[in-house]
Amino acid sequence: MQPILTINNLTKRFGPITAVKDLSFTIEKGNVYGILGPNGSGKSTTLGIVLNVVNRTSGDFSWFDGTETTHDALKRVGAIIERPNFYPYMTAVQNLELVCKIKGVDNSKVNETLEVVGLLERKDSKFRTFSLGMKQRLAIASALLNEPEILILDEPTNGLDPQGIHQIRQIIKKIASQGTTILLASHLLDEVEKVCSHVVILRKGESLYTGSVDGMQASHGFMTLESKDNGALQRELEAMNAFTSIKQEGDRLVAYLNKPMDAGALNEHLFSKGIALSHLEKRKESLEELFLEITQNN
Amino acid sequence: MLRLLNIELHKLKYNKSAKAISIVYFSLILFISLIVSIEFNFGGVKFRVADQGIFNFPFIWHFNSWVAAWLKIFFAVVIVSIVANEYSYRTLKQNLIDGLSKKEFLTSKFLTVLLFSAVSTIFLFVVSMILGLIFSDYKEIGIIFSDMQYILAYFLKLVCFFSFCMFLGIWVKRSAFALGFLGLWQVVEGIIAMIFQWIRVKTDVNLFETVYNFLPLNAMSDLLVEPFTRFGAVQSAANQLGESFDKDYDLSPLNVVIVLCWTALFIYWSYAILKKRDL
Repeated sequence: MQPILTINNLTKRFGPITAVKDLSFTIEKGNVYGILGPNGSGKSTTLGIVLNVVNRTSGDFSWFDGTETTHDALKRVGAIIERPNFYPYMTAVQNLELVCKIKGVDNSKVNETLEVVGLLERKDSKFRTFSLGMKQRLAIASALLNEPEILILDEPTNGLDPQGIHQIRQIIKKIASQGTTILLASHLLDEVEKVCSHVVILRKGESLYTGSVDGMQASHGFMTLESKDNGALQRELEAMNAFTSIKQEGDRLVAYLNKPMDAGALNEHLFSKGIALSHLEKRKESLEELFLEITQNN
Repeated sequence: MLRLLNIELHKLKYNKSAKAISIVYFSLILFISLIVSIEFNFGGVKFRVADQGIFNFPFIWHFNSWVAAWLKIFFAVVIVSIVANEYSYRTLKQNLIDGLSKKEFLTSKFLTVLLFSAVSTIFLFVVSMILGLIFSDYKEIGIIFSDMQYILAYFLKLVCFFSFCMFLGIWVKRSAFALGFLGLWQVVEGIIAMIFQWIRVKTDVNLFETVYNFLPLNAMSDLLVEPFTRFGAVQSAANQLGESFDKDYDLSPLNVVIVLCWTALFIYWSYAILKKRDL
């Protein structure tokens, strides 16, 4: 796999506070990465360091094959951090043309990217007249101008209304489907779950897990069941030796699988034992449940 | 280089207040020239400032440079605001993320300083040349192009002053506070001058030559010594009163070196701050 960003033992201290502690991970081409962590876990600091705006205390990082200076490498990166920052007195087009000049690309893609984020009809409005959602979309447009090899998004839906969140998510999905590597930092888990294939989980500046989302879900999932006689159902499930634990949750039983099992096969087996189910659902743990589990266990 | 200047000009091109102040600055120079060229009629006594000899070559180079240098405060506002705004709009951060290095960012600002200073200097040169050609009593080529050191002094003074403004903008991050600090610093140098005067009177120790001349604003002001006492009419009036002005009006090389050193320091400090600061 072709590395896009390699981080080795990165540490950042702000006075007595260690914001990032000995962090290492690699971003490979073509994947969609999520950096997960509660507020203040070091996500933005880490991104700030690799984006040349925060000085590191120790450790190092390299972009692509490590042969270019960081600021040259950044010309091949598209990034938005925290808040959209543009010149309020310039229009959308004028702002994007400035970004083109900085990145050293021609202006040909300005209209195209404005179209992608749905701002074409507002292209001659001044930036200061934009709503937060529009500002955020303009930021995405600006990040796409140089056809970046990696797109870095830090809390792209922060502070947006549900419609704005939906729009941003659609844009991200669209970009991801074109094969662009994406690094998405967020504390909103369902956001990451919906688009990411890989995650880095941070807490207090330390990495707790780095790898694929599937690899995180090491268990075989769990079943939620309900019948007229839950007592008989529980006895029968225990006799099957297929579950690590069985818990009563309200009117339903939650049984965690210790081996792969199909919901249909379970239903058939229970029916043959004379138990008719009124509810059966097989689910994997959501990223949220896994995340809470990981951050609590460590 | 050209790319960096181009980036900076793009930022300036759409900045209405910066454009307005620049226009005011150049108009003021023209306006002053216009006023002095008008013939006033005081109850039958015709009077025209321009006829009093202030526009004689080569004196005009000194006089106009000194007068125009006062107007630099207008451009100071522009320089401070284009630097401090990069902080308040947080666009400095965005510029760096987009692939500008901190060195390139500072270079683009300093190039703007050089461009502003160069344009002002050329403008001053052209206006003075026209005024001189109209009103000067001496129009020989040799005389016209003598004493051009004042034009150079004007340029150096602007570059150093604007570099100071750039440094203040980067350091203080807020336009108003940076300009406030500039004013405060002028007062501080004034107070230092008073203290030194007091020391000189009390102890006979003269700190003006050794310390005061090295302070930035004083060094800049020493580049262009006031021209009035040099003016023929003033001098003859003074002579009649038994006074004489014993002043060196020339551009001193030591002064040039001091000013260049301050310019270098302002650039270096700006870079050091930019480099050290997390955004």
